[in-house]
Amino acid sequence: MFQSLTDKFDGIFSRLSKKGVLTEDDVDEALREIRLALLEADVNIGVVRSLRDRIKERATGEAVHKALNPAQQVIKIVNEELTESLGGETISITYNDKPPTVVMMAGLQGSGKTTTSGKLAKWFKSQGRNPLLVGADLQRPAAVEQLRTLGRQVDVPVFSEASDPVEVARKSIEEARSTGRDVVIVDTAGRLAIDEELMEEVRLISEAVSPHYTFLVVDAMTGQDAVTVAESFHDKLELDGVILTKLDGDARGGAALSVKEVVGRPIAFAATGEKLDEFELFHPDRMASRILGMGDVLTLIEKAEETFEQEEAEKAAEALMDGTFTLDDFLEQMQQLKKMGPLSGLIGMLPGLPKEMRDVEVDDGELGKIEAIIKSMTIAERATPEIIDASRRARIATGSGTNANQVAMLVKQFSEMQKMMKRMGGMGTKKAKKNRKGKGKNKGAKGKQKGGRVTPKNTARVTEKGTKKTKAPLMLPGLDRLDEEDFEKLAGELDELGS
Amino acid sequence: MDPILIVLIAIAVFVAIGGVAFVSTRRRGPDLELQPRGGDTAVLDRDTVDRGDVAVLDDAVLDDPAVDGTPDGEQDSDVAVLDKPEVIEEPPPVKPSFFERLGKARSAFSGYLGGLVGLGKVDDEAWEDLEEALIRADVGVATSMALIEDVRSKAKENSTEEGAQVLELLKERMRAEIADKDRGLTVDDGKTNVWLFVGVNGVGKTTTIGKLGRRLKEEGHKPLMAAGDTFRAAAAEQLTMWAERSDCEIVRGNEGGDPSSVIFDGIQAAASRDCNIVLADTAGRLQNKSNLMDELSKVRRVAAKEPGHVSEVLLVLDATTGQNGMVQAKVFAEAVEVTGVVLTKLDGSAKGGIVFAIESELGIPVKLVGLGEGVEDLVDFDPDEFIDALFE
Repeated sequence: MFQSLTDKFDGIFSRLSKKGVLTEDDVDEALREIRLALLEADVNIGVVRSLRDRIKERATGEAVHKALNPAQQVIKIVNEELTESLGGETISITYNDKPPTVVMMAGLQGSGKTTTSGKLAKWFKSQGRNPLLVGADLQRPAAVEQLRTLGRQVDVPVFSEASDPVEVARKSIEEARSTGRDVVIVDTAGRLAIDEELMEEVRLISEAVSPHYTFLVVDAMTGQDAVTVAESFHDKLELDGVILTKLDGDARGGAALSVKEVVGRPIAFAATGEKLDEFELFHPDRMASRILGMGDVLTLIEKAEETFEQEEAEKAAEALMDGTFTLDDFLEQMQQLKKMGPLSGLIGMLPGLPKEMRDVEVDDGELGKIEAIIKSMTIAERATPEIIDASRRARIATGSGTNANQVAMLVKQFSEMQKMMKRMGGMGTKKAKKNRKGKGKNKGAKGKQKGGRVTPKNTARVTEKGTKKTKAPLMLPGLDRLDEEDFEKLAGELDELGS
Repeated sequence: MDPILIVLIAIAVFVAIGGVAFVSTRRRGPDLELQPRGGDTAVLDRDTVDRGDVAVLDDAVLDDPAVDGTPDGEQDSDVAVLDKPEVIEEPPPVKPSFFERLGKARSAFSGYLGGLVGLGKVDDEAWEDLEEALIRADVGVATSMALIEDVRSKAKENSTEEGAQVLELLKERMRAEIADKDRGLTVDDGKTNVWLFVGVNGVGKTTTIGKLGRRLKEEGHKPLMAAGDTFRAAAAEQLTMWAERSDCEIVRGNEGGDPSSVIFDGIQAAASRDCNIVLADTAGRLQNKSNLMDELSKVRRVAAKEPGHVSEVLLVLDATTGQNGMVQAKVFAEAVEVTGVVLTKLDGSAKGGIVFAIESELGIPVKLVGLGEGVEDLVDFDPDEFIDALFE
């Protein structure tokens, strides 16, 4: 199925030549197949429709990525949209000032509430809490017995009695207080969303314990009905989150998306096996590619993009060290930098910068100013700033809303920086030799590993299934061996030149 | 220090060291192939536990060329197909019809296709609605599209394109697809019949056995329950409570014991106590865990050993299950030769449409339907009413 889907995409888009932007037709064709993929994955049909509209709006007119074909690009957008839809706000459990913190489990029969209660108890224990399990499922034969067995396995006490569920729930809070348990996990009987009577009962249980967290337990194999179930339970109980079970099966798990769309609360946990510790926080990105069922395509896209960006970055670094780094390259890098947040924060994160530089408050407005100046230059000026004379300077200043002095300063400092970077490359090589003799400074900083050249330092990219890929930073020759002293020296030199 | 200078240095350093690193962090994609994590370990554990008290039986079974106890279905005289249960006891449990039981679910959805019936000529949009109704019922995209395409061309041919006619045409087409199936449960006379219940976790295998025990007793059979789910906590207790309720014999082993040996013991006990049907429970297992599926094949082989005679292997499916139901049916059928499907929890808002696809594609008939929590809520499958209910 997945393979055929990939083939279909190839078929559709092989005849499309690369265009500047994604047209509505491109997007429509890709979306038809994506709709099928989502429906096959059990995403609710209503949810598929609204997703499709969102994706279409987002994809149409988007500039075609240099490294991807239109199909890949649409898939990428879909994947991002799914990840966003599944993720968003995450749940962080906070504990009630006055213990106990009460957690209630609800869901259909057979979704895995009791087992999940046991797993959750174990999880709370690992968080240093003292949970109490409460067996309020008096409906299913031996449900309480099952909970007791689980309780023994995770070494957590279980409270229950043969009265009625609401009563058990109410008493459990007292029990927790008197025995010093700070988290109460209430397991309730499975019930159908349309069973008025039982839905009312679960509401009463909820009322009796006023839970701080109410979780809906949903089987990952659930089909179209997931929406109805989620709506009804949310309506009655105001859910705080969802726990997805049986994720170790091979269902594509579209129900996760349906439920998330309807309830709008985070999917907090995922149960991934029969053992009690096979329980973890939910990963929206994994789920998105699973639902989409296009793992291969996504890997391909990722690789294409990575290669593309790596090439760009390598080009920039190379240019930087051999002095052909132009203002255009500079502008591009600066834009990258801006995406990452405020500059002062980033400077603090950059290794090796001298202390006085870290302490200086940098106004991000400066970036804008620099950007404006560079953008006001002609292409020729950006490539060879030396040609900028007084009249060009005046024009640039007017165009960028700055003054001629500022333009001159930028040009001057830029060329000094170019020189400096060239020198740094050379210096690094020298230092490397010193290191080889064993006399190099070794301050033990992590970044100071041997190696160098413009190849990725750590080229080991494990691509086996499921293992994570690591990509090491691109290293400029010698830069990794610079220490604070060198930086101070360089900064001093530059400062002198600049003033 | 001049801010421009700082920006310059920062960017230079950023380009040199940070650039790709930051970018790649942001990009570090999802672990694209979501592995069924922990699968192997979980299974290993189960296996280890199993080894405990099976040794003897294990050898015996593995060396034995598997006895095939499947009835060939063509046997006539000695095959008794179950009749509708007769009501023996008070309170006269008015046997609810399939349709009546569905009433609750139906009311919530009636009128969904109401607009269609009143429609003169069915337009593109209405055809889409019809297809959507099937998809919403979990019939599956491919099956739904094929059905609609087929009916659409037929409607055009016969120029029966009015709403009500079209709906009837579609239902007819679907009925034909799953008609003429033998939906009876096989009880071979003079044999220790074994009915094996299999399925993924949480579908209702144990509950189904509990209800069925009562029903078989009412029909004059002598059923014995074998608590073959030795894995889930308190599964045997759950079945024991059902056995008590319905006054059935039960054989159980130790938690964590070998399911084959429990079921084998059950068959022995049934033979010596003159019980004619062994209702064998098994632990829920996800079909992609191949070692658990192997374990199940072994259970089936053991059950077929004399005096055991496997006359039904029933796959229990939850009506809320979506498209994965098809995968379940395929894999279980391959592992244990499934003879029928039990569709549970059909009294909810889920329609269980995937069983239509399973029947038409794999030819496995649905035999029983679970419509509630009561002991009388397990009824025979009625294809016509099921199809009607898909569109309600």
